[in-house]
Amino acid sequence: MAVTTQDSKIMRHEGYVRGTQVDALPAPVALTGVIGWMRASLFAGPLNTILTILTILLLIWIVPPILDFLFIHAVWSGADREACLPTAEHPEVGACWAFVRDRFSYFIYGSYPIPERWRVDIFFAMLAIGIFWLLWLEAPRRDLGALYFFVVVPIVAYILLTGSPLIGLRNVDTSLWGGVLVTIVVSWVGIVFSLPIGILLALGRRSNMPAVKLFSVIFIEFVRGVPLITVLFMASVMLPLFVPDAYSPDKLLRALIGIAMFASAYMAEVVRAGLQAIPKGQYEGAMAVGLGYWQMMYLIILPQALKITIPNIVNTYIGLFKDTTLVVIVGIFDFLRTVEVSRIDPKWAAPTTSATGYVFAAIFYFIFCYAMSRYAKNVEARLGKADRR
Amino acid sequence: MSIAQESGPPKVALIYDPKIRSIAYQVILCAIILFLAWSAVRNAADNLARAKIASGFGFWNQTAGFDISQTLIEYSAQGGTYGRAFWVGLLNTLLVAAIGIVLATIVGFLVGIARLSRNWLIGRLASGYVELIRNVPLLLQLLFWYNAVLKALPDLRDSWSVFGNVYLNNRGFFAPYPIFGEGIGLVVGAFVVGVVGAIAFRIWARKRQERTGQQAPIGLVALGLIVGLPILAFFVAGMPATLEYPEKGRFNIRGGMEILPEFVALLIGLVLYTGAFIAEVVRAGIMAVSKGQTEAAGALGLRTGQTLKLVVIPQAMRVIIPPLTNQYLNLTKNSSLAVFVGYPDLVQIFTGTVLNQTGQAVEVVMITMAVYLTISLVTSMAMNWYNARIALVER
Repeated sequence: MAVTTQDSKIMRHEGYVRGTQVDALPAPVALTGVIGWMRASLFAGPLNTILTILTILLLIWIVPPILDFLFIHAVWSGADREACLPTAEHPEVGACWAFVRDRFSYFIYGSYPIPERWRVDIFFAMLAIGIFWLLWLEAPRRDLGALYFFVVVPIVAYILLTGSPLIGLRNVDTSLWGGVLVTIVVSWVGIVFSLPIGILLALGRRSNMPAVKLFSVIFIEFVRGVPLITVLFMASVMLPLFVPDAYSPDKLLRALIGIAMFASAYMAEVVRAGLQAIPKGQYEGAMAVGLGYWQMMYLIILPQALKITIPNIVNTYIGLFKDTTLVVIVGIFDFLRTVEVSRIDPKWAAPTTSATGYVFAAIFYFIFCYAMSRYAKNVEARLGKADRR
Repeated sequence: MSIAQESGPPKVALIYDPKIRSIAYQVILCAIILFLAWSAVRNAADNLARAKIASGFGFWNQTAGFDISQTLIEYSAQGGTYGRAFWVGLLNTLLVAAIGIVLATIVGFLVGIARLSRNWLIGRLASGYVELIRNVPLLLQLLFWYNAVLKALPDLRDSWSVFGNVYLNNRGFFAPYPIFGEGIGLVVGAFVVGVVGAIAFRIWARKRQERTGQQAPIGLVALGLIVGLPILAFFVAGMPATLEYPEKGRFNIRGGMEILPEFVALLIGLVLYTGAFIAEVVRAGIMAVSKGQTEAAGALGLRTGQTLKLVVIPQAMRVIIPPLTNQYLNLTKNSSLAVFVGYPDLVQIFTGTVLNQTGQAVEVVMITMAVYLTISLVTSMAMNWYNARIALVER
């Protein structure tokens, strides 16, 4: 029925077929290229456009003053506070980088005696080699690297830094240590001790022996349930009470014990998560071929569990590295403390000194933590690739 | 004969019997730990006796004799005891933690969603914020806010002020404070009735929806009951509240509500820091909901808002809740960094001043740790209960 009417229409109006060319439609709005990208990701819809404009305004409000402070009006050289005080010619003074330059070696070494500072440099170099060896996943003989990092460096560093009159190195009291040196020593001791202790605690928590399990759970939950400050307080004021007077540990050692305890508890939970992710068949298979408990753990379970835990382990290390700033509470001059002390030094008292010191410290911590987190992300991506195969 | 021998339990030396071994290990472990504990206690008793430090909790009722800059309950240097100081500190800790948790949740959800935004600029800005904040120690941030920002505000004479009612200077933030008169009980009562009514209405509306499929405007009714009813009661009672304005003198500001710069610095630092971590938690939670869920919701004809509310968020919350709880606990524990900016929290008052005055390290540190442990355990228990409630019910 419908067909017939249409047919008749065509027959009646002979002009149905268009005689002239239709003008080309305008090209579709770009979906690719710069314009397309901007439309899709900046101005998609009115709400998005408003948000984009607000964000741009926010950036305009924030970024130029920061650049101004950090670079344009910054003071780059000078001997003391005079350089960084606002004067009639320079009413606006930005960051006082001269202060950082002047105090740089104090920030790195603290009060470590100047003629002995090469020892610290050697320690840093040894540590850098060890870290590079372990982190570079294709490096040769990484087992030797682990041995070097976890055994050789600690012993050599201890002799090197504290000194040993036997081989002609003057004793340097730990109360003179400071700055980046202390930050690195504290975080590195935390790193070196937290992993093995954490693994033991994690194994203990998954153990079949009720007493072992109980003690592990109590330790882990106790330490994780309280703030690091109170653990440090405990190490600082209670530990000396618990040991005979003659063996009272020095301040740095107390802080190191506190940090190591704290980091181990967190590491234990990270490792436990890795252990739980290993399928039961792996345990059963290992037992079926007649391996004992420690052989099973060392040869079969831990290599797999630790591999998938690497990103979380590194994240724990980042937390640990940031937490080392809290050792100030027990009277140790870590990097942040040296900045704090220098900032209120009358020699450099100027309006922008504090902010400059904090910005410098922030850059230091950011570089280390960001590098670690990028590494963790990389490893995660690599592991993900292996699983996606 | 030989069959009976083979089927019997294999004969091994006692030392290789797993059961006996396990018992031996545990006995040795217990012995070591008992020995360590015993020697620690003995050494502590020796050392304390030599230093002539009292032990026990007798100090709890002694006069404290020091002032505290922010007290939520009545406390004075002369009349206050160490025990009272403990409660003041605990309340201050809980105050900053509670406000911090609310604000950090808001910041965290906003930033977490912003990171997933299709808007490139907002996504970048949010991830820049997260990366910057997460990779700088909290202590450094607190010191920055306190020493470089709040202490750099103008001093009393040049205070920033809004209409002479609100003042901001390096001594803190001063705002009008409401003083309630008679009849305020009616408003409080109306608020309680409103909350109860809203909950009851929600239950009724849910039941009705399950029965008949009809939806009720739960949000609007709840808003009306919780906010509208108290406002109505306020006017009915004859507006029983006046504002006390801060008055600026030459040397100080009197009256009104005073918020310490220490409190503000601690709060800003905790909120921004924890907010960045919560943002990551939220992002991971939303990304954990597979795209198929959103597409299926779209295919069923749900709008974007409904998809979020009914499909994505309920599933994301399952992933978000456990790490979110962890972040709340971290914030509470990190509030102990108050000691570095001088905000009188539990750690600053108790392990700081009280410990220094009494010298009773063991008792003081143990009490402080017990408080944080209790908070942690109670929170985890509450969250485990909630988690079990919303957990996926599988066959």
